[in-house]
Amino acid sequence: MELHELKIHELHDLLKNKEVSAVDVTKAYLERIKEVEPQVDALISITEEYALKKAEEADKMIQDGNINDLTGIPVIIKDNMCTENIRTTCASKMLEDFVPPYNATVVENLSNLGAVMVGKANLDEFAMGSSTENSAFKTTKNPWDLSRVPGGSSGGSAASVAADECAFSLGSDTGGSIRQPASLCGVVGMKPTYGLVSRYGLVAFASSLDQIGPLTKDVTDCAIVLNAIAGHDPKDSTSVDKMRKKDYKEFLKDDIKGIRIGYSKEFFGEGLDDGVRESIESSLKIFESLGAEVKEISLPYLDYALAAYYIVSSAEASSNLARYDGIRYGHVATNYEDLIDMYMVSRSEGFGKEVKRRIMLGTYALSSGYYDAYYNKALKVRTLIKKDYEKAFEDVDVIVGPTSPTTAFKIGERVEDPLAMYLADVYTVPVNIAGLPGLSLPCGLSNDLPVGLQIVGRHFDEGVVLNAAYAFEKACNFNAKPSFKGGAR
Amino acid sequence: MNYEAVIGLEVHAELLTKTKIFCSCTTEFGGEPNTHVCPVCLGLPGTLPVLNKKVVEYAVKAGLALNCEISKFSKMDRKNYFYPDLPKAYQISQYDLPLCKNGYVEIETSDGVKKKIGLTRIHIEEDAGKLMHENIDGSLVDYNRTGVPLIEIVSEPDMRTPEEAYLYLTKLKSVLEYSEVSDCKMQEGSLRVDTNVSVRPVGSNEFGTKIELKNLNSFKAVQRALEYEIKRQIKLIENREKIVQETRRWNEQKGVTESMRSKEEAHDYRYFPEPDLVPIIVSDEWKEEIRKSLPEMPEYKKERFVSQYGIPEYDASVITSSKPLADFFEKCALEYSSAKIISNWIMGEMMRLLKETGKEIDEVPIKPHQMASLLNLIDNGTITGSIAKTVFEDMFMTGKNPEEIVEEKGLKQLSNEDELREIAIKVIKDNPKSVEDYKNGKDKAIGFLVGQMMKATKGKANPQLANKLLKEELSK
Repeated sequence: MELHELKIHELHDLLKNKEVSAVDVTKAYLERIKEVEPQVDALISITEEYALKKAEEADKMIQDGNINDLTGIPVIIKDNMCTENIRTTCASKMLEDFVPPYNATVVENLSNLGAVMVGKANLDEFAMGSSTENSAFKTTKNPWDLSRVPGGSSGGSAASVAADECAFSLGSDTGGSIRQPASLCGVVGMKPTYGLVSRYGLVAFASSLDQIGPLTKDVTDCAIVLNAIAGHDPKDSTSVDKMRKKDYKEFLKDDIKGIRIGYSKEFFGEGLDDGVRESIESSLKIFESLGAEVKEISLPYLDYALAAYYIVSSAEASSNLARYDGIRYGHVATNYEDLIDMYMVSRSEGFGKEVKRRIMLGTYALSSGYYDAYYNKALKVRTLIKKDYEKAFEDVDVIVGPTSPTTAFKIGERVEDPLAMYLADVYTVPVNIAGLPGLSLPCGLSNDLPVGLQIVGRHFDEGVVLNAAYAFEKACNFNAKPSFKGGAR
Repeated sequence: MNYEAVIGLEVHAELLTKTKIFCSCTTEFGGEPNTHVCPVCLGLPGTLPVLNKKVVEYAVKAGLALNCEISKFSKMDRKNYFYPDLPKAYQISQYDLPLCKNGYVEIETSDGVKKKIGLTRIHIEEDAGKLMHENIDGSLVDYNRTGVPLIEIVSEPDMRTPEEAYLYLTKLKSVLEYSEVSDCKMQEGSLRVDTNVSVRPVGSNEFGTKIELKNLNSFKAVQRALEYEIKRQIKLIENREKIVQETRRWNEQKGVTESMRSKEEAHDYRYFPEPDLVPIIVSDEWKEEIRKSLPEMPEYKKERFVSQYGIPEYDASVITSSKPLADFFEKCALEYSSAKIISNWIMGEMMRLLKETGKEIDEVPIKPHQMASLLNLIDNGTITGSIAKTVFEDMFMTGKNPEEIVEEKGLKQLSNEDELREIAIKVIKDNPKSVEDYKNGKDKAIGFLVGQMMKATKGKANPQLANKLLKEELSK
């Protein structure tokens, strides 16, 4: 087996036993990137020089007996997380040349552990989208079929893991942006409970929904990465103090006897692909065979989740993105008449279509006279959805269902139909609205494309989610690899 | 018809915390432009605000000093607008749930009428940066001030005259200074005032069309601008012209208000709850702890000064109007026995010089013990009362010891009998008219002659001795 095919825990064993050095591992991944990147287009920046320096540091750590689970492990970071002295673009013309003078807290955490960043991943501009076609720079392709999208907005992060360009990556998830591309690319992706992982340095899309999480090759790796990034950060006052430092690896047990698993009939409505439905139904049978108690629950307000989500997230985005005015950093217009014109031209030129659409929507939803009809209403729906979940979690320990209603769709297929695109997140959005932890892992193939199973838990109950996922992963034994077939259009 | 004005004030005060509201940058005034900044107060992508606990503490302190209810639960909101001095393009402020509400300030008008002015709310927010347009092509921005914590104090429209507005502001300033939550320096922008004013017939309960006045640089300017604006509005009403709701600025040079922007151009701030910050919870315990830290407020201090130092009520109210002034008085009183003489000097020379120089009391270098030394120099006959005023002025400017000044400038009182007698003889010779008047029984004439002796000695003559010697010489 090649180095780049290994999982974090497998690489760790080799590094620990000094069978390979971190520099060897890093070079192998940089080679792999050069080999597959022309087909996949998962990355905005390849940080070769930085990676080799970090790898040397990691080797020093290992020599000093200072090795931990992530020392010397190659990682790719979604390009909406700030990296000190390394440009952070958000896949936007607006921030094409933005070089932050600080690291996001998650980046700092990984760096301190000796993880080696080899690149920064492509995304939908400012994390808005479900296909990674909204990047100002390139469209990432799905390694399983290069004519298809990898999902979004963490499409670059998911594709880079699926294509073995790194051992793991970080994504951000506002309405499903980790889980949906994980599902479409056949990898494991987790959105932790809102507040478990610091958002400091994550360029904000919708602050009350955004959360950073891992994309990995298996559930064990997911727990390892979660261990590294979870925790209170004094720089983020929404990062929580309680539930401190669990060792998530302790939950990786294949025994789930007696765990109560809920599925909602609302999951199996219109728009769900037959192939996906079959995979999910057989997944429920796997859980049953493992001794879990599988029961039907109801989440009646789920229908309104998508509408509420687009109001709240767009409202917050309109405010969060207002700072890009070209005055201090970022894209600035060269021809303008006065101050207001400078703002308008800079923003017109710097932002893409989808970003503009959401800024317009959010500004409208917050404007006086419409606030109560839209924003306030959306907040009420948000409360109802939270209550739906609270009630459901009285009877069950986790809720499972499809991550995405379809497998990876064709590049360009939904570009002209934003509403169809928004439906890609219909199963993931309610989880963000309620701030719950959700994990997607591969549960089968449909027409040679991976299907993702979503497992949702109670607040800060990542351990139970990981336990269920780990047991399922063992039983399901999904081990198909991407084919790199197809070719773009 | 008689009209009355309806006046409400919005006051912004910078809090005296050492660090900014959402980061650990210094709040110190001045500094080279853009040296007191970090990624957080510049609102760079990905950065997050973390609320400074001291800001909440100071705002609660101000609220308690101003008789407010303190909200157990409040939150921060975003006020969205584009302006180059606002790095995030929104200001983090408070909207529907302010930290303090329903307070009041008590004022006493010149007719001795006491009146309570209601406070609608006090909320916390961040300051914006400063634009500089002068002597440059284009405009520059200094972000040192961004993120400096402010409280906004909004009054009820309870004031009816410009005088009441002036008294309200004076009282408010003294309470904020006393609580030590703000230094209230208007010249450094740490206190800023906007006012709303409308006019209506006396007896009416309806409000007239409201005008907002901005660009008010001093309490006097507030009073003058209101006086002008009230007259303007009454004239419009009497000419049956329409008052348009708008924002006007005060032009200090011309002494007029000018239109700035109309209601149609008003902003839609699109307030919504700040998702990057958690709600603010003020427990009863914390509130009580803060209450205990409050110092003596002016009205109590005033009463105490009257009873403890035996100074008149008027003196006490003038001196306690400013905490630094009251502190100065008390420290002087520890070093010098006659409190009334101290209060005379503070209300006379000190206030005069403060007004003339535009300085604040804490910028004056005179130490209380130096003040006491000066008064002792008068008492022991070293200098005359009039010379003491010159010495005081020098002390006010330089901070030198009074003894040093007297020595350097040769200001010691002249008490040499022979020397003074010679001068008395000369004065008598030079002023035959006054001598005649005196001899004709006009006792007042002696005063003039003493004055002439003072003039001849540049104020240094011992006045009692001069008087005695003149009388002796005249009776010869």
